[in-house]
Amino acid sequence: MSAVLLIEQILNGLQFGVMLFLMAAGLTLIFGVMGLINLAHGSFYMIGAFAAAATAAATGSFLLALAASLVAAAVAGAIVEMTVIRRLYKRDHLDQVLATFALILIFSEGTRWLFGSFPLFLEIPEYLSGPISLPFGIQYPQYRLAIIAVGLLVAVGLFALIARTRIGIQIRAGESDREMIAALGVDISKLYTFVFALGAALAGFAGALIGAIQSVQVGMGEPVLILAFVVIVIGGIGSIKGALLGALLVGLTDTLAGFLLPAAFGLIMEPSAAASVGSSLASMSIYVLMAGVLLFRPTGLFGRS
Amino acid sequence: MRKETILNACVLLGLLAVPLWALRVDEPFIITLATKAVIFAIAGVGLNFSLGLGGLVSLGHAAFFGIGGYSMGILASHAQSYTPLMGWPLVIDGTNSMPLIWLFAVLISSLFALVIGALSLRTSGVYFIMITLAFGQMLFFFMISWPAYGGEDGLVIYVRNGFPGLNTLDPIQFFGICFALLCGVLLAVSRIARSSFGLALGGARQNEERMQAVGLVPCKLYLIAFTISGAITGLSGALFADLNRFVSPTMFSWQMSGEIMIFIILGGTGRLFGPVVGAAVFILLEYLLGGLSEFWHVYLGAILLGVVLFARGGLIELIVGREVAHD
Amino acid sequence: MTDPILDVRNISKSFGALKASDNISLTLVPGEIHALIGPNGAGKSTLIKQIAGGLQADSGEVWFDGENVTGKTTVERARLGLGRTFQVSSLAMDYTVSQNVVLGALGHRGKIGLKGFFRPAMKDTALLDVANDALSQVGLDGFAKTRTSELSHGQRRQLEVAVALTLSPKVFLMDEPMAGLGAEGSLRLTGFLDQLRQQAPILLVEHDMDAVFSLADRISVLVYGKIVATGTVDEIRSNPIVRTAYLGEDDET
Repeated sequence: MSAVLLIEQILNGLQFGVMLFLMAAGLTLIFGVMGLINLAHGSFYMIGAFAAAATAAATGSFLLALAASLVAAAVAGAIVEMTVIRRLYKRDHLDQVLATFALILIFSEGTRWLFGSFPLFLEIPEYLSGPISLPFGIQYPQYRLAIIAVGLLVAVGLFALIARTRIGIQIRAGESDREMIAALGVDISKLYTFVFALGAALAGFAGALIGAIQSVQVGMGEPVLILAFVVIVIGGIGSIKGALLGALLVGLTDTLAGFLLPAAFGLIMEPSAAASVGSSLASMSIYVLMAGVLLFRPTGLFGRS
Repeated sequence: MRKETILNACVLLGLLAVPLWALRVDEPFIITLATKAVIFAIAGVGLNFSLGLGGLVSLGHAAFFGIGGYSMGILASHAQSYTPLMGWPLVIDGTNSMPLIWLFAVLISSLFALVIGALSLRTSGVYFIMITLAFGQMLFFFMISWPAYGGEDGLVIYVRNGFPGLNTLDPIQFFGICFALLCGVLLAVSRIARSSFGLALGGARQNEERMQAVGLVPCKLYLIAFTISGAITGLSGALFADLNRFVSPTMFSWQMSGEIMIFIILGGTGRLFGPVVGAAVFILLEYLLGGLSEFWHVYLGAILLGVVLFARGGLIELIVGREVAHD
Repeated sequence: MTDPILDVRNISKSFGALKASDNISLTLVPGEIHALIGPNGAGKSTLIKQIAGGLQADSGEVWFDGENVTGKTTVERARLGLGRTFQVSSLAMDYTVSQNVVLGALGHRGKIGLKGFFRPAMKDTALLDVANDALSQVGLDGFAKTRTSELSHGQRRQLEVAVALTLSPKVFLMDEPMAGLGAEGSLRLTGFLDQLRQQAPILLVEHDMDAVFSLADRISVLVYGKIVATGTVDEIRSNPIVRTAYLGEDDET
């Protein structure tokens, strides 16, 4: 195993982590501000990817496709918030889980209805395709590097939004004390719609970015959604900082375990057995990580008890 | 007699009557559907034990459903290939006797429920939901990448397992077995619900602080409930595997966990017969809507959304009204 | 004086800069009602929580029945015989009145056991006897089958006391049992508590001064987390510090 390969895997882990952060940030904001557990968050990821793929097919522009993903997911998010989600804020978690599960069924099957069961493809734009040479002779796909950069940029922007802007102050007030924001004269229902649409837009954006690496298909959102749940549970529900740290931890653990465990077992077992044992354990690694974190901190790394 | 009791009796009679009618008109497919409804009902009764009675919203019950399924799959596949399951330290052979498989399924799934419950119950609320979901996913991915028992493709069992004195390949006889088990499980659960344990568990759901003040430990009650709940859902998994003569990692999928939860909410959370009504209606919807459109999940989603938003007590409440307090 | 059954020794608890309990010591001896009074926000409920086990003190000890229970949980303290009623009714609201008291009796029994999984709780005569006895003591025997959420506010307070009774506690901790009872209800409960002290001593947090003055053997006054005075009714009435710090404002009626 060479150092170059390891660095490549670390970059892959970062790219995966950054993408998970885009998903997890919305989930954790929505939970922190509105107290809502949203299973349908993965649907916005899917909607973003489909919007991007359709736009790219029609216009040929990748940037327009990304813009479309943001707009489509945000609009879908705002509509869902105003029609369904807002009735759920005062309900218990069970009702929230079931209602948003119902939304998944509607979104997934609805998308299948519109686009069919076959996957769509979103091409990486010319200017980002191909590898780039990094120091130490590492060749790494430009596009993946761009995802890391864009993701980190979004993270910085999100922190700035929350720390510096008026709406950020309202969001933070909403997290600590719901009655206070009403007292501040904030239109809560507008704030909630905004936060929900923002979260949806981030998820849709992630879907579009990843859609260019993987195929765009119905059901693509749910595996990512569950990983995003693991992320925010590890980071502490409601904490953006926790979501970032959790996302990077999960991204790196998942990628590196898949890479290192089979190799490690290869030292003590025959190759085929090592590959199968290693990969089964690797697929469980992030859940083991989560269980470990919760054993010591039941409310996650940055969670409030 | 209470209205709900009458309704419950009607539901059981209906579940029994449909396959008998199907037998007369020679529609084995309907019998299979009814069997599926009964098996799903058992899975739902299992989840309802922890969710309805104890208020533990587990989104990972597919784990126990899958473990039950693979208990059957693994034991039967070893019997099929005449290889021992374990050679050391003690020899365990595969089997294709249903009662043994059930016993095994219940034991293993309750063991898993005990461990998963002990870890998950360190948390509560939304953390609990997500952790149970994550444990379910953990087992799902494990089954996919574990090649010994078929991995992603699952396991095919060619012959349905046997039950002494019955021909299990006859749909109506297999239905009878499942129906009898459902009745047994319902009887046991209704007894436990009225027992001291059930009273304490329900008390913990309503007010943990109160339970501690009278000297009862909510966490212990929850763990016992979660374990029993996992065991019942595990049993249904073994039956489901036998119905299909096939097990695959999809039994562990989180959509399965969601579906089991749907049975409960459709019928009525916390009601003894909630999951039975819910599972029957679910299968009926699948049959009717599935015939109408390939995309019947859209309608299912809309119906579910409607029930959650506007009819929180589920179908049973729509029929018999709000539950009255009783001892 | 007899040995105290409850002995709170130098308890302190801070929340950030706020000293909710500042080196508090107090005792409760058999047969007495020891009232704890003080303005809102003085730290009465925080103190009760530390005694009952819901909150851990920063320093100091709680001794109960000759045993140091400082490190014990709420459940362990309840089993040792600390019977508590809550300031805000803390009951299983969907259960009947009878089910709530049976829960108390069940907790007092201490274990559920294997039989406890199959025998209907509401047909267990041993539990029911204890439960019905407690209900009739507080005067709720006519409401056994009523859903708790349908009880009036005052009846819920009575039920709180009934549940505490089923535990046959060695000490009652009562957090504002008279709150919201109305004049007649307060009077009845006062009469009841007056007799109850023979069964077990009561540490009584209460705002109703008529009740406190007619019941208490001793009164402690808590102001800003500190006990500023402890004494008999007359001593407290005439204590100048108390008069300015507390009674002066509150006694206008």
